[in-house]
Amino acid sequence: MTFFTNPLNLVTLFPLVGVLVILLFKQEQKKEIRWTALIVSLITFGLSIWVLILFDPNNPDLQLVINLSWIEIADWEISYQMGVDGLSILLVLLTTFLTPISLLSTWTAVEDQVKDFMIFFLLLEVGMLGVFLAQDLFLFYVFWEFTLVPMYFLIGIWGGPKRMYAAVKFFLYTMTGSVLMLLAILWLGIYQGTFSVPDLTAMGGIPAQVQLWLFLAFAAAFAIKVPMWPLHSWLPDAHVQAPTAGSVILAGVLLKMGTYGFLRFNIPLFPKAALQAAPWMALLAVIGILYGAAVSYYQKDVKMLVAYSSVSHLGFVMLGLFALNPQGIQGGILQMVNHGISTGALFLLVGMIYERRHTRVMDDFGGLWKVMPVYGALTLVVTLSSMGLPGLNGFAGEFPILLGAFGSEAIGSPWYAGLAALGVILAAVYLLYMFQKLFLGPLDKEENKGLKDLTVRELVTITPLVILIFWIGLYPKPFFTLMAPAVEKLLTIIEAASLAMY
Amino acid sequence: MTTIDFYAILPLITLVAWASALLLLDLFFTRKTEGLTPILAALGLLITLVISALDLGAGSTAFNGMIEADGFSSYLQILFAGSGIIGIALAYGYLKRMGINKGEYYPLLLYSISGMILMAQAADLIVVFLALELLSIPLYILAGIARPNPASEEAALKYFLLGAFAGGFVVYGVALSFGATGTTSLSGIVAAVDTGLANMPLLLIGAGLILIGLGFKVALVPFHMWTPDVYHGAPTPLTAFMAVGAKAAGFAALLRIFLAALPVLAGNFVPVFWILSALTMFTGNLIAIVQDNIKRMLAYSSIAHAGYIMMAVVTFGQEFVSKDAVASSLFYLLAYAVTNFGAWSVVIALERAEGKGLQLEDYYGLGKKYPVLAAAMLVFMLSFIGVPPTIGFMGKFYLFRTVLEGGYTWLAVIGVLTSILSAYYYLRVVVNMYMREGDPEIAPDRLVQLVSIVGALAVVLLSVFATPLFRWASQAVLNLF
Repeated sequence: MTFFTNPLNLVTLFPLVGVLVILLFKQEQKKEIRWTALIVSLITFGLSIWVLILFDPNNPDLQLVINLSWIEIADWEISYQMGVDGLSILLVLLTTFLTPISLLSTWTAVEDQVKDFMIFFLLLEVGMLGVFLAQDLFLFYVFWEFTLVPMYFLIGIWGGPKRMYAAVKFFLYTMTGSVLMLLAILWLGIYQGTFSVPDLTAMGGIPAQVQLWLFLAFAAAFAIKVPMWPLHSWLPDAHVQAPTAGSVILAGVLLKMGTYGFLRFNIPLFPKAALQAAPWMALLAVIGILYGAAVSYYQKDVKMLVAYSSVSHLGFVMLGLFALNPQGIQGGILQMVNHGISTGALFLLVGMIYERRHTRVMDDFGGLWKVMPVYGALTLVVTLSSMGLPGLNGFAGEFPILLGAFGSEAIGSPWYAGLAALGVILAAVYLLYMFQKLFLGPLDKEENKGLKDLTVRELVTITPLVILIFWIGLYPKPFFTLMAPAVEKLLTIIEAASLAMY
Repeated sequence: MTTIDFYAILPLITLVAWASALLLLDLFFTRKTEGLTPILAALGLLITLVISALDLGAGSTAFNGMIEADGFSSYLQILFAGSGIIGIALAYGYLKRMGINKGEYYPLLLYSISGMILMAQAADLIVVFLALELLSIPLYILAGIARPNPASEEAALKYFLLGAFAGGFVVYGVALSFGATGTTSLSGIVAAVDTGLANMPLLLIGAGLILIGLGFKVALVPFHMWTPDVYHGAPTPLTAFMAVGAKAAGFAALLRIFLAALPVLAGNFVPVFWILSALTMFTGNLIAIVQDNIKRMLAYSSIAHAGYIMMAVVTFGQEFVSKDAVASSLFYLLAYAVTNFGAWSVVIALERAEGKGLQLEDYYGLGKKYPVLAAAMLVFMLSFIGVPPTIGFMGKFYLFRTVLEGGYTWLAVIGVLTSILSAYYYLRVVVNMYMREGDPEIAPDRLVQLVSIVGALAVVLLSVFATPLFRWASQAVLNLF
């Protein structure tokens, strides 16, 4: 029964155990429910560490593969296929790492319908892990769409005042891209005869003209998810309305599903189209970087600012991926993790102050450093990491991205990297501006004078993230080692396509 | 009548005899024993279902080619009989609760189902017409059974007038086809076309008229005008049944006539089908958005779903796709049936006397107060949208595959984009259930709740373990061509 013993399958499906246990509790047993969810998510994290131990970083191929035949539709054999390689292992770890942290942040923030909240959250974790591990397009699509439902509820039930609007907008936006991808998946099934991603990658042979269409259909799904400019308008709504834990997961993991999609499907399955599209993708990425940064600066609401900063940061990831060279892609992958950590941490920090003051408008604060020095110090570290200060994680990702984009043959011009570098400066502007508004200046608001510094629980929530910020910043090598062989392998496909074209 | 003939129509004979006996028997039931009628009716359907499943007439042609007993008919007969049983389960408590518990409801339902069963087997245009009337006339009466409720009476009259009109189109079409080919049997028409004896323009007009008539039955735009009013006015369990049964019967005839007998007309009909399908998906989903009454919303949704199935029919001229076209339509009908009955069962649970409890506002707060029922409704809505892992998604997956195989990429694009429109109104129900505060009441009807829960489980589980169903649908097609 490989289904129940395969480590990847165990990681993915283990949160379901938590769902079943929580179903047995009554709505009023909040404490038990919270602990069950937390423990289950911690065990899931432990399982993912086990996967990491089993993972051989020198092997560029998929590992720990499970491949069972699943559904037959006429002459199609759809497989239940999962596997992990250097492209996905970090994202799996990021997911299992951020989930318990998010759950911990809900301890006092979520009081209504705790049972439902935890069920949806664990279901969401199943969906996200499935997305990163599925190696069959059909299975991938099932997980991909499935993540919509719990997130929709997390925003819609526990969100802010405009939550219903934001939830429906999130659902419809994301689904629009997804269904176009579904058609492309069907096309692959009809003309290539399989949904298995490794088989499809090895097979190749899709005419360049068709590749472009398929590339666009897949890109529709992923670009909305990332979100790339100009498809980002759902993001501020969803982020601002979502409860803190929802924002953390949304920014930390769900957006990565989009960038990961480009990496796993668009680039290896349609390499010729990827080469053709690279300059355009880079252009959109750079516009996103600058636009996101500019809009962030004008926000009055901290959460809104962080939300728009995501548009900017994800632009860097996209730029790195479509540099289509080792530095760019490796930097892009690392930056996915970095953004998950830094922005996740920022949302957590915003959530903590919101719980105390029930406002997020920057003008309501000022001089917080005097009453909350620990909170201030941690926020400073996270802010600096987010703007890419050397020695912290943001730099370790952004630097190779810019390096890669600068020398990229696929993008074909160093100007994109140059403009993107401008984005780094802009990030410093809006993030420092935010920090200044919150923490510096006189403590002149009466309501802020009595604010308490972080509790132990809150410290436990945020500390692991800060440790990682320093770790990746000071010694990123182990992370690059994990992904390097898989990135090499990916680039051989691109090189082959490039030779065939020119 | 030979033994083969007998076996071929055994499900039909059984059901008609049972219905007639029940009609008489019902007269002798007193107030105490009147609960027996629905139970006996369900039993009759169960027996019919088993007989259909045994498929005694397997692959035979009976009554000089008028009746075909094949996998296709067996599949649909099981679908019809099963739908009937669920329809009775939904009606049992409802009719009592609404004070319209009339004994003749159940025999009439059985008669209607026998018409559908005949339709699944019809290999002759005359039989198609006969089956169409047999299934429709009891439905006209049933739609008005809530008399003197004006909405129900209006539904009955509207359905009858437009249905009769549609029947007229069919019969005229049959006559012209007969004029064109000298026969009404489907195999005879194929032969006449092959030998060049057929008058093609006349056949074309005949087929067009038949299409219009059947288009009324399955509620294709622009022949859908009756649907919202009839679905709204008819007793809700009947609406639930009609949405599945009448639609599936209409598609049974469409599939058999056009795919098995008339692929030669593909050049003329493909554009027509294409437009009908796109228009139906678009209009149905668009108008559903502005509905505030859930019965009307689901009525428009049922129109839209007819459009989705129609997409597969568009491929009818291509030999290598047509098997998939039929199989995917059959599978989708099943997926639609399961989802549809589930959704209507929730509607019935919330409906109160005098048409109350049917507005979308009446679903406020359902998620908190009745979490199981709301979760079931959530599953049905997701299945209607086509979000995995639900059977509705599997159905759409196969349908879209067929359409792309046939090369109609733009139709598929229209299909998926309209399904986003549909997501908007299905999600409205979800928003109301989970994200707004309210205090809804549900009827203490165990049977209806059972249908909801079993339906929701089926929608999810049948999607994960869908292989047997897909195989069944594929096998149903084998002897069709």
